[in-house]
Amino acid sequence: MDFRFTDDQLLLQSTVRDFLAREHTPKTLRKLWETESGRSRGLWQRLAEIGVPGLLVPEEHGGMGLSEIEAVLIHEEAGRAARAEPLVATMAIAAPLLREVGGELATEFLPKIAAGEAIVAVGHPATPFIEDAHVADLLLIPRGDDALFAVPREAVRITPQPANDPSRRLASVAFEERHARVLARGERARALLDAALDRGALACAAQALGACDRMLEISVAYTSQRKQFGKPIGSFQAVKHMLANVKVKLEYARPLVMRAAYSVAHGSAQRAVHVSMAKLVATEAARLGARVSLQCHGAIGYTWEQDLHLWMRRAWSFDQSWGRAPFHLGRVRAAILDGSLPIGPGQTFVGGA
Amino acid sequence: MNLDYTDRENAFRAEARAWLAANVPSAPLTSFDTAAGAAQHRAWEASLNAAGWAMVPWPVEYGGRGANLLEWLIFEEEYYRARAPKRINQNGIFLLGPTLMEYGTKQQKARFLPKIASSQEVWAQGWSEPNAGSDMAAITTTAIRDGDDYVIKGQKTWASRGAFADWLFGMFRTDPASERHNGLTFVLVPLNIPGITVRPIAQLDGETGFAEVFFDDARVPVANALGKEGQGWSVAMSTAGFERGLMLRSPARFQDTALRLVELLRENAMNVDEALRDEVVRAWIGAEAYALDTYRTVSRLLAGGKIGAEASLNKIFWSELDIRMHELALEILGDRWDLLPEAPGAQGVGTWLDSYLFSLSGPIYAGTNEIQRNIISERLLGMPK
Repeated sequence: MDFRFTDDQLLLQSTVRDFLAREHTPKTLRKLWETESGRSRGLWQRLAEIGVPGLLVPEEHGGMGLSEIEAVLIHEEAGRAARAEPLVATMAIAAPLLREVGGELATEFLPKIAAGEAIVAVGHPATPFIEDAHVADLLLIPRGDDALFAVPREAVRITPQPANDPSRRLASVAFEERHARVLARGERARALLDAALDRGALACAAQALGACDRMLEISVAYTSQRKQFGKPIGSFQAVKHMLANVKVKLEYARPLVMRAAYSVAHGSAQRAVHVSMAKLVATEAARLGARVSLQCHGAIGYTWEQDLHLWMRRAWSFDQSWGRAPFHLGRVRAAILDGSLPIGPGQTFVGGA
Repeated sequence: MNLDYTDRENAFRAEARAWLAANVPSAPLTSFDTAAGAAQHRAWEASLNAAGWAMVPWPVEYGGRGANLLEWLIFEEEYYRARAPKRINQNGIFLLGPTLMEYGTKQQKARFLPKIASSQEVWAQGWSEPNAGSDMAAITTTAIRDGDDYVIKGQKTWASRGAFADWLFGMFRTDPASERHNGLTFVLVPLNIPGITVRPIAQLDGETGFAEVFFDDARVPVANALGKEGQGWSVAMSTAGFERGLMLRSPARFQDTALRLVELLRENAMNVDEALRDEVVRAWIGAEAYALDTYRTVSRLLAGGKIGAEASLNKIFWSELDIRMHELALEILGDRWDLLPEAPGAQGVGTWLDSYLFSLSGPIYAGTNEIQRNIISERLLGMPK
């Protein structure tokens, strides 16, 4: 039993943190907001140079062959930098999904994902919209909850669905089955879709941690320099205690995300419950972080010009991605009330990590 | 990251589970804040100690089992799983013990630790004074050196377990000219010496869980100072770190409350609406998050880390979670929640009301949650004083 990240894992995290601090500033993001696609192939390629999109791609396909335990640290950094999709769909979901499906499609696309040459969008019955369909080279789309297809971009009709967060590019996607390749049907398709949802939710949870931490940092900096009544407003307990509450919420979301990552990486029988606990609490932490940060900033925080909303919008988006709060709470509720999850002292790591 | 228990850890758990199954009293003991209950709890502690389970992470020579902190955590899980009695000497085993390990001389460890483990000596805490509560650096009770003794004069209050304890640890001003955090010394004081008067105070539940302690030229040997003279503040902070950060409230306690809450929900499913049910699920998640975080802390400590200001996060989290779980239990009990156990209509209400009252003290003791929020904002977040 050792519930810690290794030094190597933390080193990887700080490498990505430094990279994003350099390459993905608020200014970069605002410029991307103004573009039609909202995406930068150049940035994606540079992320590929440090191994990010191919983190979960096996080494024989040109990836890093790492697991969700490392991936959550990378997602945390993406959240800290307000770097939106296609990290979740391509890196966190599509790569392991293609790895599991195998065959020609995997042989073709896994190396491209690792090289930063392919973006893959993923749909799910839990949500009517697909992120990054407009820039995807390949789309993995379900029909109902028991069939999963791979569709090339030229074979889909895309209807953009502009959303509150300009970082998030959503669309409705239509396709005809004759232009699509069947990846799985029935039980197999359901299992792949369940895994996709858990991987997406885990990635969002980790991004929420990073976004929350960044909002705290921004708010601490602002309240330390903004003076009223002759002193920094951050010296007032009313302000301090609000931010302390966010810190408490954030730090208790963190171990839930760590454990969920371990459960996904190890295929634990309790994967779904662990992911839902993490997604629910981490998303709530980010939303509390957003609300409190806005309050700490006052009117300046309520402007388009102040960068705070880059992260606030991310925080709100996490709730809408890969299962909303009622869905995740429902999964936990079902497991503990129907007795399928052993609970009580000493049961935390029983029944599969 | 490896979330499998080792064979050794599993064997340790099995051994603890078997001993507890065979030895935990079948009927609950009387509250240790009564004279009769204190005696019962001392007897229980003596049997725990005789079997080497009183404080498993301590070295065998001091009455422990030579286990590591992870095994301690496992023992705590089994202890709460077995619904074993509350620990009357928690001040000694969980707070003073770790401080003695860090700051005690060899003689002090040999003198005090075994009797803490056996609860032959039950300890009270002596921090607060009438004018030094949250502002603990305002302590005025003096311990003035006279030859080989300190002569103590002043008053401590809210001394937990003071009514039935044998000893008290606390902070005293050894340099009368000093101010604030300076000139304080951590001293171990027997309560049965001349010049000390203990006046028990009835708590919200009517029992005498704490006491006022008056010192009127009470003499204790200078050798009873723990750590260096004048360094009491940093010694006390180490005690507080253990208290808030790890030992006083092990996660198993809250996981057991969460389990009982879920059981209560299942038994009363007909009377519970969806919103209340969902709040129970959230509270259960909170207890799990606390457990996971404690495993994280223990993993860090085993790798050579130290407990720092993040202990304040724990204290807020568990104290608020505890109240929340009890509020939910009372809500499920509905129109019976305020009945005392002797009321004819009190069937099935259990001990929720009593432990609810206790949970309300959580945000007050071990440093109020407002003080913890100050520590978090200033020391973890770096906000201005």
